Amino acid sequence: MEAVLALGIGVLTASGVWLILRPRTFQVIIGLSLISYAVNLFIYAMGRLKVDAPALVGSGTVANPDAYSDPLPQALVLTAIVISFAMTALLLVVLLASRGLTGTDHVDGVEDE
Amino acid sequence: MPIACPNGWGRECTDAAPPPVKRNTAPPGDTEISAATADLLWVLLALPFAGSLLAALLPARARNAAGLVAGGTALVGALLTALLYSSLADGALRAEIAWLPSLGLDLVLRLDGLAWIFAFLVLAIGFLVVVYARYYMSPEDPVPRFFAFFLAFMGSMLGLVLSGNLVQLVFFWELTSLFSFLLIGYWHHNETARKGARMALIVTAAGGVCLLVGVLLVGKIVGSYDLDEVLAAGDLVRSSELYLPALVLILLGAFTKSAQFPFHFWLPHAMAAPTPVSAYLHSATMVKAGIFLMIRLWPVLAGTDAWYLIVTTVGLATMGIGAWAAIFQQDLKGLLAYSTISHLGLITLLLGLDSPLAAVAAIFHTLNHATFKASLFMAAGIIDHEAGTRDLRRLSGLYRFMPYTATLAMVAAAAMAGVPLLNGFLSKEMFLAEALDTHSGTPIDAALPYLATAALALSVLYSVRFIHQAFFGPPPVGLPKQPHEAPFWMRVPIEVLVLACLVVGTLPAITVGPFLDTAVRSVLGSATPAYSLAIWHGFNRPLLLSLVALAGGGAGYLIFRERLNAMSGAPLIGRFKGRKGFDAVLASIVNTARALERRLGTVRLQPQLKLLAAIACLAAFLPFGRYGYSLGDATGTIADPGFVVIWLVGGACAIGAAWQAKYRRLAALILMAGAGLVSCISFVWLSAPDLALTQLLVETVTTVLLLLGLRWLPKQRPDVWPAGRPPLAVRLRRGSDLLIAIAAGCGMALISYAVMTRPLGESLSTFFLERAYAEGGGRNVVNVILVDFRALDTLGEIAVLAIVGVTVFSLLRRFRPAEESVRAPEQQLLQNAADEAREGRRVGDTLTDYLLVPRIIMEWLFPFIIVFALYLLVRGHDLPGGGFAAGVTMSIALILQYVASGTRSVEARLRVRPLSWIGVGLLVATATGAGAWLFGYPFLTSWFDYAELPLIGRVPLASALVFDLGVFILVVGATALMLIALAHQSIRTPMKRARPAEPS
Repeated sequence: MEAVLALGIGVLTASGVWLILRPRTFQVIIGLSLISYAVNLFIYAMGRLKVDAPALVGSGTVANPDAYSDPLPQALVLTAIVISFAMTALLLVVLLASRGLTGTDHVDGVEDE
Repeated sequence: MPIACPNGWGRECTDAAPPPVKRNTAPPGDTEISAATADLLWVLLALPFAGSLLAALLPARARNAAGLVAGGTALVGALLTALLYSSLADGALRAEIAWLPSLGLDLVLRLDGLAWIFAFLVLAIGFLVVVYARYYMSPEDPVPRFFAFFLAFMGSMLGLVLSGNLVQLVFFWELTSLFSFLLIGYWHHNETARKGARMALIVTAAGGVCLLVGVLLVGKIVGSYDLDEVLAAGDLVRSSELYLPALVLILLGAFTKSAQFPFHFWLPHAMAAPTPVSAYLHSATMVKAGIFLMIRLWPVLAGTDAWYLIVTTVGLATMGIGAWAAIFQQDLKGLLAYSTISHLGLITLLLGLDSPLAAVAAIFHTLNHATFKASLFMAAGIIDHEAGTRDLRRLSGLYRFMPYTATLAMVAAAAMAGVPLLNGFLSKEMFLAEALDTHSGTPIDAALPYLATAALALSVLYSVRFIHQAFFGPPPVGLPKQPHEAPFWMRVPIEVLVLACLVVGTLPAITVGPFLDTAVRSVLGSATPAYSLAIWHGFNRPLLLSLVALAGGGAGYLIFRERLNAMSGAPLIGRFKGRKGFDAVLASIVNTARALERRLGTVRLQPQLKLLAAIACLAAFLPFGRYGYSLGDATGTIADPGFVVIWLVGGACAIGAAWQAKYRRLAALILMAGAGLVSCISFVWLSAPDLALTQLLVETVTTVLLLLGLRWLPKQRPDVWPAGRPPLAVRLRRGSDLLIAIAAGCGMALISYAVMTRPLGESLSTFFLERAYAEGGGRNVVNVILVDFRALDTLGEIAVLAIVGVTVFSLLRRFRPAEESVRAPEQQLLQNAADEAREGRRVGDTLTDYLLVPRIIMEWLFPFIIVFALYLLVRGHDLPGGGFAAGVTMSIALILQYVASGTRSVEARLRVRPLSWIGVGLLVATATGAGAWLFGYPFLTSWFDYAELPLIGRVPLASALVFDLGVFILVVGATALMLIALAHQSIRTPMKRARPAEPS
């Protein structure tokens, strides 16, 4: 699983980085979304992978913390998901406004000559 | 008996040992009383700032009210200071508030003799200037603003002299620069005022930065910023390697502030300020801050060759240049400005001489100069006010119109010239005695008596010129105004100050004596020399020099009077224009910055991002190069074929999205969502149900959002290249981008694999897992972290979400779509055409019928989705769910209604007010956090219990749930606001684009 996830993170990052280097605003927005998927998975992976071990504890004391998936990166990623949504929304509106003002969807607001 | 210094020029070794640290050593019974007295210092410091705030809130025409506030504040402060004098008998008063003790940054107020005498000057002269300014300022000016700045400056100055911590002192130092900028530039419609203010700010603030670094160096040497500890560590500082840089930096601060050569040029330009500002800032306070600092740190920094050389030379040069330039000024205030520079140079020179007696003279002359210079500035203001000009060549014979003012100005000018029986004479005698004394045996020392006498003669000359030109001679002709005596209350402040000059000049020992002695002892401690304030010391050499100066100055005026009136600018030094140098330095800095920006900066995004990505890659790969790449030996989870398959799909989706994003946006969007779905499934697979849930929901909303945006983007047509394929430059750029992208991908894959194959060490997670139920009352550890352990972070995050929501909303209110996007979409036009072509159909029927079945299903789903959202919210503490997931679900319920029925029809039935929801959500979350205060716990402490309810059973009751409710409401509001605002763009009528429809 680890190798598969690592490769997946790599492919998402590569696609995202390629896209944010493109000239069209829509490409950049898709690229940023792909990068945020990759980063979220990466942060989550820092807590190591566990199958069938959600961080839902019983009412008693926790005997073996290793039996649960790491809750800390999950909390971080959960907020990251929401924030990346906000970022996408803001970026989208900014690029729409820029397109309305400049008449082009080039990231610099002017077409390459 | 003089002892030769081993490393000096045989000059007398001064006992510059610091005074003993005078902590408050009250007997135990009095401790409380003295602590209470020390706490009065906070009141004293807060008073001017409170007054400033009050004055600022007054209406622009409230001249009298503002004057009352300012005068009252200053008077109460001065009286309070006077009362505090008696408690100085047993040492310095100290009041402390620990702020960052670990960094040595505490708020410390410290009142000793020196601080007292400066604080009293600041407040008492401040009061007199306020009275004067009330009558000086024109009713057309926004006077409350003037007094607000004035009081704030007074507070900053007070904070400076009361500071018991060096960093705190620098803070107030910078505040004085800032408020002096505002005061000098008070008449901001006047260009010279703006320029003068800017120059003063740049010079003094640049000096302030030097001072800060110098102070940090001293703090490094001593190990503390506390003034008491620094004063006790003089030997340590002077023997340190860092002494010289610290000294130079601190002196740069002091010299810029006190207008010492070669930084003196800002002061004459600051004369564009209203005269009360000059009377206050440029006589008693602002420019004395540098002097104060040098006196304050005298026990620590003085006593070395470097100090002697730098301070004496600079002081001497300033004194000479100031006095020389002053005699050639035709503007009254210009004359006073250069004379101030000269006297400040004199004080600096005294401090540089390194002898305790000279330090006494410096402190004494600081006081005397403040009194006579403030009154002279005020007199100059009266002349300007009543005669309409300050030009000495045009003024003449004003005595017959304003005899009171003339008499007052004459006494003050005589004090400035050093005429016996006035205060200026006493400190001048002390100065001459010091100048005659041997200090170092260097040429400076030998020349000092002559230079000092010459400077004093010049001082006499410009004092006589001031008085004679303005008040005597034939009646003036062609003045802008008919001159007359100033109002009574404008003269009173001058009368008080001139009386002080007289009383101190005739009875020094019983008037200023005790206060001066307290101040001197607080600086010199056991090294305080024996000195006498008597008027008559017999016929000695200082008196002889004094008489020479008086006679020389008087004769000089008689001889050169006509020629001086004909001059414009000072000869010899007239060519050195400080302002020109300043402008040149400023211009070169700006030009260098612009050139650097032209060379290194770009407004284009792509090269910037490329550089960023490339450097990030490089930085991440560097450690591999150094330490090699190796895998850990942790046993991983067994690979499942299903997992491999979904990631084959996920990878293909990501690459497909990257490939299609330029020409087929819809396809790219769907492919991107596919990749998101795969990461969502991965979260489920890898035991992160909360993440999967949130990601799935957010994915939905993001897709809808981007779909709504697609309409406003231009059609992308394939590039047509002349040669049939892209030119080389484009291919090279794409190639390098691809390389960077692949490198970034490989790097991320390698790093994450390397980490995942290593075992996880000890982390915070154990703490959260063990305490989640016991202390947070929830089984879902992720949720407990979010709403309990790290609730403050979550509060910050929802605040960000709220800000983004409102920003999106406001950006869209002013949204101007491109012309070609304004038309109805192609599909809609086709549908309408079909409707028109067929009989029995009205335009819009197809649109209405289009989603009939799904629409009904979606409308029916509304309550179910809401119930589901609430269910997610309530169970969040124990099971996957929570405020975020529930909030997004709820907003999906809303947006489905919009999709199904159309914006207008939904809003006809439903009042959607997302802006209020954002506010309510933020309030609920914050109030829940603040609720903990009611029970005496810190912000956001949570409480929980379980309650037995009939039928339903055991339910958790936690304050964290209320917090989560706030999160929920806010997330609904923010998400809905963004989506709805964007959706609304399609129904805005292009004609009314100036006033967009609002979604709420």
